[in-house]
Amino acid sequence: MKKYETPLLDELEKGPWPSFVKEIKTAAKKTEAANDELGQLEKSYRDKKGYWKHGGIVGVLGYGGGVIGRYSSLPNEFPGVAHFHTVRINQPSGLFYNTKDLRVILDLWDEYGSGLTNMHGSTGDMVMLGCRTEALEPFFAEVSSRGWDLGGSGSALRTPACCLGKARCEWANIDTMDICHDLTHTYQDYLHRPAWPYKFKFKVAGCAVDCVASIARADCSIIGTWKGNIAVDQAAVQDYAKGGMDIKAEIVDMCPTGCMSYDGKNLSIDDANCSRCMHCISKMTKALKGTGEKGATILIGSKAPIVVGSLLSWVIVPFMKMEAPYTELKEFSEKIWEWWDDNAKPRERTGELIESKGMRSFLEAIEVDPQPQQVYEPRKDPFFFWKDEDLA
Amino acid sequence: MAWLTEQEAKAKRKTDIGPPHYSKMLPPVIAKNYGKWKYHEVFTPGTMVHVAESGDKVYTVRVASPRILATDNIRTMLDIADKYCDGYIRWTTRNNVEFMTTNEANVPLIKKAAEDAGYPAGGIGAGLTNIVHTQGWVHCHSACTDASGLVKAISDELFDYFAEKRLPAKTRFALACCVNMCGAVHCSDLAVVAIHRKVPVIDHDNVKNMCEIPTTVSACPTRAISPDPAKKSIKINPDKCMYCGNCFTVCPPINIHNPEQDGVAIVVGGKVGSLRKGPSFSKLAIPYIKNNPPRWPEVVEAVKNILETYAKGARKHERMGEWIDRIGWEGFFRETGIPFTHQHIDDFTFMRDTMRTSAAFKW
Repeated sequence: MKKYETPLLDELEKGPWPSFVKEIKTAAKKTEAANDELGQLEKSYRDKKGYWKHGGIVGVLGYGGGVIGRYSSLPNEFPGVAHFHTVRINQPSGLFYNTKDLRVILDLWDEYGSGLTNMHGSTGDMVMLGCRTEALEPFFAEVSSRGWDLGGSGSALRTPACCLGKARCEWANIDTMDICHDLTHTYQDYLHRPAWPYKFKFKVAGCAVDCVASIARADCSIIGTWKGNIAVDQAAVQDYAKGGMDIKAEIVDMCPTGCMSYDGKNLSIDDANCSRCMHCISKMTKALKGTGEKGATILIGSKAPIVVGSLLSWVIVPFMKMEAPYTELKEFSEKIWEWWDDNAKPRERTGELIESKGMRSFLEAIEVDPQPQQVYEPRKDPFFFWKDEDLA
Repeated sequence: MAWLTEQEAKAKRKTDIGPPHYSKMLPPVIAKNYGKWKYHEVFTPGTMVHVAESGDKVYTVRVASPRILATDNIRTMLDIADKYCDGYIRWTTRNNVEFMTTNEANVPLIKKAAEDAGYPAGGIGAGLTNIVHTQGWVHCHSACTDASGLVKAISDELFDYFAEKRLPAKTRFALACCVNMCGAVHCSDLAVVAIHRKVPVIDHDNVKNMCEIPTTVSACPTRAISPDPAKKSIKINPDKCMYCGNCFTVCPPINIHNPEQDGVAIVVGGKVGSLRKGPSFSKLAIPYIKNNPPRWPEVVEAVKNILETYAKGARKHERMGEWIDRIGWEGFFRETGIPFTHQHIDDFTFMRDTMRTSAAFKW
């Protein structure tokens, strides 16, 4: 293998934070792909620009996604990265692994790919970074025969993702890992065979803390919540006070709805005015707990800024029960897809289509009634549409 | 190991099977107490315990990761997990690695083993955790900076806030190597996003061969692109272009990369949780800093200034955006000393909502 001098990248081996350069160099001992990745990256650092071409269409037989084509624009100089395709492997819910199964993937990747990975990509897949076109089929055969499958890419259902939920969190109101697993398996066809105007993402969070950032980057954000009161363990409240917590300043005064009070002994909550934001519960987890019926708020439409600006998801269904096999959620999602597929332009996300067609058109198509929980405030202008059925 | 032949691969491959069931991946204490956790306590920025209704406890050591990981180094992590964690490991949604054990005595041993391997513990609670980031020059055609290198340089400088020092509240930091923003940069306490500043240069001969003209025209959000029938290509109105690069995505011969002019912007004050103030977008703090690899000292200095100004000024539990809400944006620019420019005033889609319409403000 060629030996590259990498004075600029070597600077990024210094310092306390783990170094990605060290990772690339580790893989470069084994594979020419990682070695030439190092060489090309040093050139990028020197020239302040990347040397990758737009992706081409590559994949495995019968799938339209899961592989992102990537080619170097300098294949003669860096032949090891002439092809440097990404293979997305669908992660298990919650990103837990047993070491035995993960070692099998690593061994296969050393054989067929660059030995470099991302654990994980932004959407949640295990990202196998860099292999040649001819390695795709045999690598896929090896991993799929061992019980793994590819994730989504392109204009398809993207790999659903979730927080770890009930696996290790006392705040989970819904079984995020099961919902994520169930949706992924139910919609395998939509995931592997892009048939939509653009991408569609599900993210499932157990509570409003939203550790999977569902509200910012999922077309369908599923966020666990509850309907009953917050149960207060007054003895535990006192323990927090004794431990140095200023209950008034840190809890009562920071409650966004002003629904709490504290007299030095008892913490009281006016539950009818609580918005279940999770501030108090997250700070006094031993003392406070949501009770009563559990379910999810379903919000629709978020995305990153390309192209007319970012969107956060909008509350569409304030409360939906979340019990396997999640029939209500699936019927709801399928109605959205039907409307979106019928109406969207190419590369138009669900949220953008709602903006262009109007919220009423969307709500009517998916058969959800208008409710005050959906808005911060009603409209402020006097120009609104009437339909014949409104006049009857 | 030999590669499978085409026939072998065909015989072996399975499709549409989805990921393995998570139940195969759970440490026994997690499987046993699934849905029955009572509370958790954070001991240090890198260690915590979760306690179940059954009384069972699981100790977690969270460590840093550069996200790009070589198989051999993952194996080192798996060795640690085999030795101390019954053969289980997990990653967080922000790419940290977590080692879990039921034996408290293992906690310092795991911490030391991970640190010896180069992955120090930290990232829990009111401090910094892994900076979520994108591919950059390592792997993306669209990148106008390198993500991993910037993250490494920033994380080195702010390392104490990951491993030891505490902040008023958790601070979620993200970095995107172009405005496509793979990852939740647009809703982060502090974030870096790479931007272009010059109108793309069109390679007309290749546009003719490689691009669909109507698709390219309609890809432009500001209608700066129109057909150029004489050249069988397109033209760009420079007064309308705001350098989003969407045309480059659909038509590669429209080259928007400009190594001397590309750089990064810094945005602040967003969050995704509904706690207290609701989820919100990050807003512009610094419109441009030039690319200066390998360690981007100007960017590192700028984010450190913002983070430390916040750390000094915010009240306990106040996230970056809540602190800014309290002191006002005029207060933010005053406290940080960052100059306010034309670029800070929205002249794209949100001018109406972002101009001040009150005579009350701070000096």
